Amino acid sequence: MDETLQAAATAIQERFGAEVHEYAGEINLIVAAEKNIEVLTALRDEFGFDFFIAGTAVDYWPQEQPRFHVLYMLYSMAHNLTLRLRVPLDGNAPSLRTAEGVFANANWYEREMYDMFGITFIGHSDLRRILMPKDWQGHPLRKDYPLGYEEVRFTFNYADVDRRKPLAKE
Amino acid sequence: MTDAQQVRPEELDGMSHLVSERALKGETMLLNMGPQHPSTHGVLRLLLELDGEIVVNCIPDIGFLHTGIEKTMESKIYIQSLVCTDRMDYLHSLGNNLCYSLAVEKLVGLDVPPRAQVLRVMLAELTRISSHLIWMGTSALDLAAMSVFLYGMRERELILDIFEMISGQRMMTSYIRPGGVWRDVPAEFEKAVRDFLDVMPRRLDEYESLLTKNALFLERTVGIGKISTEDCIRWGISGPIMRATGLPYDLRKMRPYSGYEQYDFNIPTHDGCDIYGRYLVRVQEVRESLKIIRQALDRLPYGPVRSNNRKFVPPPRSELGVSMESLIHHFKLWTEGFHAPAEGVYASVESPRGELGFYLEGDGGTKPRRAFYRGPSFANLQIMPILTRKHFVADVVGIIGSIDIVLGDTDR
Repeated sequence: MDETLQAAATAIQERFGAEVHEYAGEINLIVAAEKNIEVLTALRDEFGFDFFIAGTAVDYWPQEQPRFHVLYMLYSMAHNLTLRLRVPLDGNAPSLRTAEGVFANANWYEREMYDMFGITFIGHSDLRRILMPKDWQGHPLRKDYPLGYEEVRFTFNYADVDRRKPLAKE
Repeated sequence: MTDAQQVRPEELDGMSHLVSERALKGETMLLNMGPQHPSTHGVLRLLLELDGEIVVNCIPDIGFLHTGIEKTMESKIYIQSLVCTDRMDYLHSLGNNLCYSLAVEKLVGLDVPPRAQVLRVMLAELTRISSHLIWMGTSALDLAAMSVFLYGMRERELILDIFEMISGQRMMTSYIRPGGVWRDVPAEFEKAVRDFLDVMPRRLDEYESLLTKNALFLERTVGIGKISTEDCIRWGISGPIMRATGLPYDLRKMRPYSGYEQYDFNIPTHDGCDIYGRYLVRVQEVRESLKIIRQALDRLPYGPVRSNNRKFVPPPRSELGVSMESLIHHFKLWTEGFHAPAEGVYASVESPRGELGFYLEGDGGTKPRRAFYRGPSFANLQIMPILTRKHFVADVVGIIGSIDIVLGDTDR
């Protein structure tokens, strides 16, 4: 691991109680949801991670705690380093403070996460659906959102499959 | 809502917090542009707020081409997901294959033989040239220069012929795969590429003679759509837009992949920060790509083009008839697929539009838990309000062209 990156990871670990996870040479910092903005601000201002590559989420359904991880991928122009911040979120209707104030382009990525995963970003300036139509029901990238095809029904699971098909009831 | 039509404030549909007070009072005009508009390069809708002929605000509205590719990829095994990647940024199909393959290789720790590395670099650069030719043609067409489009398409045809020769497909090649490439290139490949390398520099001079010093083109591009380096970093902009602000940020140099560090090439930059600067950067990039392809062709080593790790890469067809083990591997890999660890990796390549990234997270099984595609067009489109502010409405089409968006890339 690079020294600058090591220093940043250690500092965030000590100050914000983050957990460091490394795989394939990539650093993941796992921080609590209450501290996401503070950590992002510290990484941007003190450690030079000034470029927000992308933000996305991962759904761990049926696991409930945490059900989601919100990911922020950061890059440091000065040091040529990348870092990933992971924020675990519990429950089926999670919310998180918006990172729009720290990185301007988080705006659309958070709209995408809201649209696809149903994660609400508190304080977001324009929290609308971005890819799906505005009257869409549900959040497609959640793991419990069914794929488009019809499930095959047998005698033993007829009722189960029927219950999972909210739109084909009538 | 049809193409260019005035939007009344009460028709804003939940977008009223994005326009100014004056628009709500009816002092400025709200004009709808797209999603069916010839200059939006796909199905992009822009809501323009105009004061006379001056753009006050420009609100992009995307999602008309959303096809749920990420969801599809999460329901397929790793080898199958590859074919989804071509279809996202359809002008940069081999680069998308490469980015996805790099992510899978990083996730499972797969090696790539040297011949495949060199082929990948060569094909990624050919794709870059073909994408830049489309860009040059269409964006010049937006600025009413018809002939460049026809010439650009002519040369792109040569590249598509090479793709057809190696993979049987002109656009959706799926040729670069985890662990190498699909199969070795045919014998006539080298000659086709050399012919292209011979003809292209002259043709590029021809395009430049049509545009670079063309007074009408300069009038429409110099000083239009400006953005500073700081704003680029603040908004996560990469690619030619950022290099046209004078910052030589290119992933091929910053975070080299597939052996780009072994090639001798420059990162063209320009200080104009405007449409003209982006044009010059892209034209120079084509010349640099030609340089890379020439070097790659000269050093193309002999050897296998796919990793020999049979746990992840299917064995060659010829072995199936003689080796029971190969048959088992073939069967297992194409039905069940290989297992990948429950970890996340991010791989990125320099696409013609900027940083193209793939975040791939496995769940220990044969399908990814999350396949996230960081499209450069999605990131770059966000700055439309900054680029268009205080310009004429006629310059909006030039600015869209200069961002070089592909809607398949933004909407996925």
